[in-house]
Amino acid sequence: MRFLPAGDLALSVELGDDISVEINTRVRALEFLIGQKALPGVVETVPSYRALLVYYDPTVVGYAALCASLATLAEQAGTTSMPPAREVELPCCYGGELGPDLEPAAQRLGLDVDTLLRLHVGAEYLVYFIGFTPGLPYMTGAPPELTIPRLDTPRVKVPAGTVGIGGIQCCVYSVESPGGFWLLGRTPLRLYDPDAAEPTLLKPGDRVRFRPVDRVEFDDIAARVAAGAFRPVIR
Amino acid sequence: MIRVLDPGPQTTVQDGGRRGQLRYGIPPSGPVDARSFALANRLVGNPDDAAGLEFTLIGPRLRLEAPAAMAVTGADAPVSINDAPAPAWTTLTLAAGDVLKVGAARAGVRGYVAIAGGIDVPAVLGSRSTYLRGRLGGLEGRVLRRDDLLRSGMASGPQPRRAVAARDVPDWRHAPVLRVVLGPQADRFTQDGIAAFAESAYEVLPQSDRMGARLNGPRIAHARGHDIISDGIALGAVQVPGDGLPIVLLVDRQSTGGYTKIATVCSFDIARVGQAKPGQRVRFSVVDVAEAQRLSRAATAEIANVELQEIAS
Repeated sequence: MRFLPAGDLALSVELGDDISVEINTRVRALEFLIGQKALPGVVETVPSYRALLVYYDPTVVGYAALCASLATLAEQAGTTSMPPAREVELPCCYGGELGPDLEPAAQRLGLDVDTLLRLHVGAEYLVYFIGFTPGLPYMTGAPPELTIPRLDTPRVKVPAGTVGIGGIQCCVYSVESPGGFWLLGRTPLRLYDPDAAEPTLLKPGDRVRFRPVDRVEFDDIAARVAAGAFRPVIR
Repeated sequence: MIRVLDPGPQTTVQDGGRRGQLRYGIPPSGPVDARSFALANRLVGNPDDAAGLEFTLIGPRLRLEAPAAMAVTGADAPVSINDAPAPAWTTLTLAAGDVLKVGAARAGVRGYVAIAGGIDVPAVLGSRSTYLRGRLGGLEGRVLRRDDLLRSGMASGPQPRRAVAARDVPDWRHAPVLRVVLGPQADRFTQDGIAAFAESAYEVLPQSDRMGARLNGPRIAHARGHDIISDGIALGAVQVPGDGLPIVLLVDRQSTGGYTKIATVCSFDIARVGQAKPGQRVRFSVVDVAEAQRLSRAATAEIANVELQEIAS
């Protein structure tokens, strides 16, 4: 465990040196415990792979005192039980114009398209954390057979909702952005919708599964999402 | 009600900022210069965090549809009412039909316009602040446009005319020295890299915005590459990507990132980097956490205790 200052209003608690489900689970557990105990002076927390950034009010609690309380909580983080994870289903239309890299990716991986799809749809993904852009999930759980180098030339614009793979990761773009992932398909759901009461769909710790849909169902769901009439499947 | 006659290049609605949303990737937004923003509000009898306007380099031209107290603070820019010069850092009493104009900043980058009662836009996730990249909050998540109508909230009653004393008005012309705490990833830089950072002047680049101030100067050498396992980015984090040039991350920053952060600019000096114009130089001065927190508490107390002087009317 390492405590690192991040100016006068924040500090970073590092709980390990790797990207792993075990370390990230402790990061999220520590965040959960801070909320449970309503730790005085803590303003906001940001989980990531192996660290928790803790924003605090130095007029309420100083650096050393906060580090001491966090160290105690971090000890408990390995054994604490968190509320059950949500399971979120993301409909995804694979291939075609919404997933232009599906076939090239299969070729590159030495798989046929059906096998690639079976592997991608069959996996359950864990949201390590949300970051970088609003609602963007950093996920683990892609089968090792789908490990693929990122594109040599990243695209300048990838539409929001695009589902891609790159390295060992599976990614869903939450806003239109540049990107170097292989684009397999697109979900009609909005991972970030500034006009919605809850603008972001996913939370740290969520379990995500993809459900293949055809273009007709994609368009239908997209229309209902636009009308505010679609309820995502969350268990 | 206020009609926007000319919005200026980038004027947005901001309030005290959005809390608790960084874990969903949504930054706090809010004013870059929180002290100037708070004082503008105080001059019109609002709470420090009431919604007002932040402009960038050139102020807006606004017509009041109803009488209201207003105030302009932040960047040093000419203020006029119906083309007659009016003071900044002072309560202004405007009548219906009056036109308030704020010109181009002579010093500083970001100015604030407060109106008694605050600006009444819907709160989104608990805040009226605009997050432009996320098209969230403020007025439809965007910059003000010509002919926009802004509703003001209920004013707290007739406002006495008051002013911030000259000694409490910041001077943005000098090259600021920004207090920083080293870390979280200071150990990922060479001794020479840290020395370059701590001892050199860096020039503010024009690509700077509310997300971050981009700086140019001596390159900061990494010890073991510039990539880290992505983690949270605090306000004021000094990120150093592969090119060795620092970026000070501000209120609209990305919530997490994968570049090394050599140090963090203290909260009480964020305004000073945010008010430095492109081409202006900044320097860094390293303090330890205890000193940073002592200064932080002093700065909080200073803002709370700024005395407004009554003006005889």
